[in-house]
Parts: sequence; structure tokens; C-alpha cells
Amino acid sequence: MPDYISHDHEHDGIDRRGFLQCMAWAGTGLLWTISGGVLASRTLAEIAKAGGSLPAATDLSFLQISDSHIGFSKEANKDVTETFKIALDRINAMPTPPAFLIHTGDITQLSKPEEFDTFDEVLKSCRTKDVFYVPGEHDVLNDGGKLYRERYLKSVEGKGSGWYSFNKNGVHFIALVNVLDLQAGGLGQLGDEQLEWLEADVKNLGSSTPIVVFAHIPLWAVYPQWGWGTSDSERALGYLKRFGSVTVLNGHIHQVLQKVEGNVTFHTAMSTAFPQPAPGTAPSPGPMKVPAEQLRSLLGLTNVQYKQGKSALAVVDSNLS
Amino acid sequence: MITLTSKDKMATLFCGIVFLNLSLFALGGETKSADSTKQNRIEIKDFAFNPKTITVKSGEKVTWTNRDEEPHTIVSVEKQFKKSTALDTDQEFTITAGAPGTYNYFCSVHPKMTGTIVVEK
Repeated sequence: MPDYISHDHEHDGIDRRGFLQCMAWAGTGLLWTISGGVLASRTLAEIAKAGGSLPAATDLSFLQISDSHIGFSKEANKDVTETFKIALDRINAMPTPPAFLIHTGDITQLSKPEEFDTFDEVLKSCRTKDVFYVPGEHDVLNDGGKLYRERYLKSVEGKGSGWYSFNKNGVHFIALVNVLDLQAGGLGQLGDEQLEWLEADVKNLGSSTPIVVFAHIPLWAVYPQWGWGTSDSERALGYLKRFGSVTVLNGHIHQVLQKVEGNVTFHTAMSTAFPQPAPGTAPSPGPMKVPAEQLRSLLGLTNVQYKQGKSALAVVDSNLS
Repeated sequence: MITLTSKDKMATLFCGIVFLNLSLFALGGETKSADSTKQNRIEIKDFAFNPKTITVKSGEKVTWTNRDEEPHTIVSVEKQFKKSTALDTDQEFTITAGAPGTYNYFCSVHPKMTGTIVVEK
């Protein structure tokens, strides 16, 4: 199975055949391992089969979860708290826990304090305690992200509307915010201030430093008609061009999509709450209703491998069913 | 069989009078330039404002109703009116049309969603 766009007949960056294959996997959490500066991933099933531990050479592993939408209670999934719990159970069942989690936004449905409270309470059950966050548009609905920043970005000293960076095991992580101050008719947006910060942030890094960028809305034009893209992402990626390994992790679209462009691998994660339709396949990108018995097969955990000598990611998911 | 008491009859009569009065009021309102009771409705469905452009008279009310499962907001591009909070499913937001002019607005959560209110005298 190709793990990059191999069929782009529409020249729109969407590999429909590949997309369907991704949808067949379906997942929501990505286990990332970094070994010798190379990102890699494995399925939980593979780890279990191998006797329950990560490869000895692994220096770092982390996991991406996304789009919990706590507070959503409609047809597509009437109990999103429960599916979020199940996702955490899967993380807890991992023989070697990930070093940390990243949450790529939309913790809540309506930015309500009680929704954040529920999320925080449920998250306490997770064995992995370190979590790095970026907001989704659902987290910053009414207050420009004030509450979100206070809760989730204080410890990382988020700049501006909340962006920050950090280093782990030689990997440089960059957390970007592209859900605030959006312009009429536009897409996700980073803004000049954040872009200037980004340029300065990576300026003194060696080109061999592996880079991981995470943000809520995809940093590539997945489907601009539905707002699935970021208007000034090109400029951001321009600053990262010289790096040998750049991995961009996004949420927002509640489905796995992947694209490789030069040294940059783009990947979107599944939601723990509900699926969304494939680009252009429905009147709108609203929650996709599936039969109850299918829901958990469209939510799950995904581990990703980034092997030395290969620019493309291999993404395989294990679902929650 | 229901027998109306005199009290009930009075109530029915009273309701009829109120209804008649309201009808007359509404009818009269049609001819006025500013009718604050007229409801101009915009439905939010499938990530779109329907109708996308609406023409109203100054002083009339404009009400949005969110029929999506996704929250939406109504925000004036030029900050000409106070923005709504996020509307959950079936929630409404109402403004009173002000001075004549063209008011462009969008959903700040899904900025691809845009609409226009044309206010006439």
C-alpha cells in the first residue's frame, strides 16, 4: 500500500484511492518513535506481537490524539467521553508507554469550562502524564482562546496566541496556532507575528535536526472548499525547507490523510469523537453518521513509522472496536 | 362534549380580539419603512447561510437559526454589529437592522461561510 499520494488525477493533492485505503484503517492516536533522529511508528498490534516492547534503538516515542469534542452528544456519537476513555485505555495498555502525548485540538465541542473539566478529569486516567496541546477552533469559540491558554499553554509559555516550541531527544517540536483571527472567506491562518517567530525559532538549528510541526487545521490544502487548509502555510513551510526531515501532524478533518512532499510528510489524525466525510463527498463537512456498530471502527489508535532512507511515512491504525 | 363556561367564552373572545389586533398591526407594519416586528430569517444549514443575501428595511429584525450539528457564529466583517456567541444546534441570534447599507458577515469558526445583509431605508 502506498503511503504517499500515488493517484492525484484531479491535481488537487487528494489521492482518492489512497484516501479510501486510509479510511479503511481509521485511527486516532499515532505512536511516534524516534530512533537516531528518524521518526518511526508501529501499530499496537505489532508491538503486542513482538513481545510487548519497543525496539531497543528507540530513543523516543509519543502519541497523537485529536478532536475529542467533549460535549458533543448528537447522532454521530452520543457518548464522546466514553470513546475518549477507550482511546486512553488503549494507550494505557501499551507495554511501553509513550513519553508524552500531543493533542491536536478540539478538546471540546463548545469551549465550555465544564467540557474542559470533563476532559481533564478523564485524562487523569492516562498513565502518560505529559501532554502538549494546540487549540482547535472549537476550543476558542467565544473568548479568543483565553481560557484555553490559561489551562493548557501556561506551562509551555505559549507566545502570542499560544504557539511554542520545545526539544526532546534531539527532535525539535513546533506547536502552531492556526484557528484564531480567521478572515472572512479564508482558511486557517498563522499570521505574520507567528510566522516571524517561526523563522527566528528555527534559524539556528542544524538542517539535520528532525522537525515535528503540529497544529489543528491541516497545513496543506486538503480541501479548501471546506476550509481544510491554512492560507499562509506555504510561508511556514518555506522556513522548514532546508531540513532533512519535517513531519507535520494535524487534526480537524477527523480522518487519516497523508501526503509527502520532498522532505515533508503531512499527516492528519482521526478524531476520538466522530468521523467526518471524505473531501467533497457530502454537502458539508459536518459529523458523519455511521451505524452504531461501525463507529468505533472509525475511531482508534494509529502508529506511524518513519524509517531511515525513506521519506514517506507508513501509517497503520488499530481501531477502537 | 366540552361546554364553554362564560369565563372561557370571555377568554376566547379576548384572544380573538388580541389576534385581530396583532393581524392589523402586522398588516399596518408592511406599509411602514421600519417594522421592528418583522422577522427576516436566515437558516444556517450545511455550513451555509440561506439566503446568502437578504434585503431588509432599517429597523427590522434579522434572525439566524443554526440547523447544523456544528457550532457557528455570525460576525460582521467590518465590525458593524455585535458578534454572536457560538450558536449550538437550533440556537438563534437576532439583530435589528441599523442604518441603510451593505453588511457583510461570516462565521468566524468556518470563515468560508459568508453572507450579506442589505439594509434599505
